[in-house]
Amino acid sequence: MRDRRGFDGFLAWTAGPGTLYLALLFLAPMLLVAVFSVLEPTPGGGVHAALTLANYGRALDPLYLAVLGRSARLALITTALSLALAYPTAWAIRAAAPSRRGLLLALVIVPSWMNLLIKNYAWIVILRRQGVLNTLLLGVGVIDQPLPLLFTTPAVLVGLVHTYLPFMVLPLYVALDRMDWSLVEAARDLGAGPAQVFRRVVLPQTLASAAVGCTLVLVPALGAFVTPDLLGGPESLMVGTLIENQLLQVRNWPFASALSVLLMVVVLGVLAVVRRLAGGHALSEAL
Amino acid sequence: MRAGWGARATLWAVLAFLYAPVLVLVLYSFNDARFSASWEGFTLEWYRRLLTSPETGAALRTTMVVSLSSTALATVLGTLLALGLHLRRFPGRALVELLLFLPVVAPDIVMGVALLAFYVAIHLPLGRGSIVLAHVSFQIPFVALIVRARLQNFPREVLEAARDLGADEARTLRYVLLPILWPGIVAGALIALALSVDDFVITYFTAGAGASTLPIRIYSMVKRGVTPDINALSTLLLAATLLLILAALRLQRRERET
Repeated sequence: MRDRRGFDGFLAWTAGPGTLYLALLFLAPMLLVAVFSVLEPTPGGGVHAALTLANYGRALDPLYLAVLGRSARLALITTALSLALAYPTAWAIRAAAPSRRGLLLALVIVPSWMNLLIKNYAWIVILRRQGVLNTLLLGVGVIDQPLPLLFTTPAVLVGLVHTYLPFMVLPLYVALDRMDWSLVEAARDLGAGPAQVFRRVVLPQTLASAAVGCTLVLVPALGAFVTPDLLGGPESLMVGTLIENQLLQVRNWPFASALSVLLMVVVLGVLAVVRRLAGGHALSEAL
Repeated sequence: MRAGWGARATLWAVLAFLYAPVLVLVLYSFNDARFSASWEGFTLEWYRRLLTSPETGAALRTTMVVSLSSTALATVLGTLLALGLHLRRFPGRALVELLLFLPVVAPDIVMGVALLAFYVAIHLPLGRGSIVLAHVSFQIPFVALIVRARLQNFPREVLEAARDLGADEARTLRYVLLPILWPGIVAGALIALALSVDDFVITYFTAGAGASTLPIRIYSMVKRGVTPDINALSTLLLAATLLLILAALRLQRRERET
């Protein structure tokens, strides 16, 4: 048995460097942002060594509060839509022949590995005025003017759901796979219709995984930048695009930092809530 | 267990929804039409223009240098971290686990802001180096998690047998653990590489004016206007990262079977 009271050389040289790296290049920068969020800005970027809560106050300004509210709303809609689509999808995969399930699951997962920029750009190609969809609709004669589909909030939603839907399918599939199917049979034998079977039997047993799936969609959707930036218009501004704008264009670092802190706090809050509901084990498995 | 036609229809609709945009993109990268979306014939012109474009060439070189360097560093640090976490119980272990968990859940935009602020605060010049440092910070947790998952399936008896035979820690590590862990380490490295090649937001914030990676190049091109070259570049990048991930999966599956 090794003497644990002394300095553990092995540990220092294995876990040490990585931990040190993360402390320096992840933790320290995050703490710096928290510090910046309570300092005063200097014009053109940079900070004064003067403490203030004005940046957080500014975030509560109706103009910016609307952006925060919209981010929450769009992220929640994305999560709800993903959930609504993922349950039947996972169900259909589970119902397929065992030899095909792996393939179907892989088909759903593979798009999640595709570059986010590329996926969103593909929607630009489809939705723009001279894009695929409009050209198709014009050609068939359904419309005689191209529809302004791009740079709208629905376009952002389409992009968000497209990006995050696969993350919802896998946890639901795993849960359906582990479910006690005899209960479903029993419910059906007792005369329960599909809605009742779902509500009374399936939902309770898959709730934890559904919560995990919702986290995997909600958290990234809240902080989305690329999708609202490429597919959205001025009225679809989200927290991510606002932060980028404030940091790189307006160069108001403390405000951008305050917004980042708020976003991070909300993300951690969501995770804490889900951990309580679903259990930490399910969450770390998913990650 | 049966699935109603509604569930099956949803499955196919979802698959169509997920793949259609990308397939359209790939298809149109061969379309001989500069502005319109009507099909005007097959061409490799956009690929030719892409491969002869100096900015794209520079972005490709930067991406390779940055991603390979960051992956190498992250794989070493992440693997060692996983080993230390798995083989030792030490005070503060929970904090280290938290430190691994946070970069995975932190939104890219927050990490981008944090790293940029940090770099400016320590007067670090922005360029390839600043990108590499940034990438490593989000790659380490992924490598560590993948290697640790492999470690957890590792039979302890082998380690004990090595110790009984007189091997000290270093020898055990080198001759027993590493060879068996190797496929897991490579899989972790490939995933880290794919993450680095694909990264946009964090890279965008930490690259500075001079350095440009492929995703940054795509973003600038998209912002300037839709041209078919973007379709070609996207198709190539997509193919490359998918190959990386498939290779990583094949490695993980093979080691699961051993």
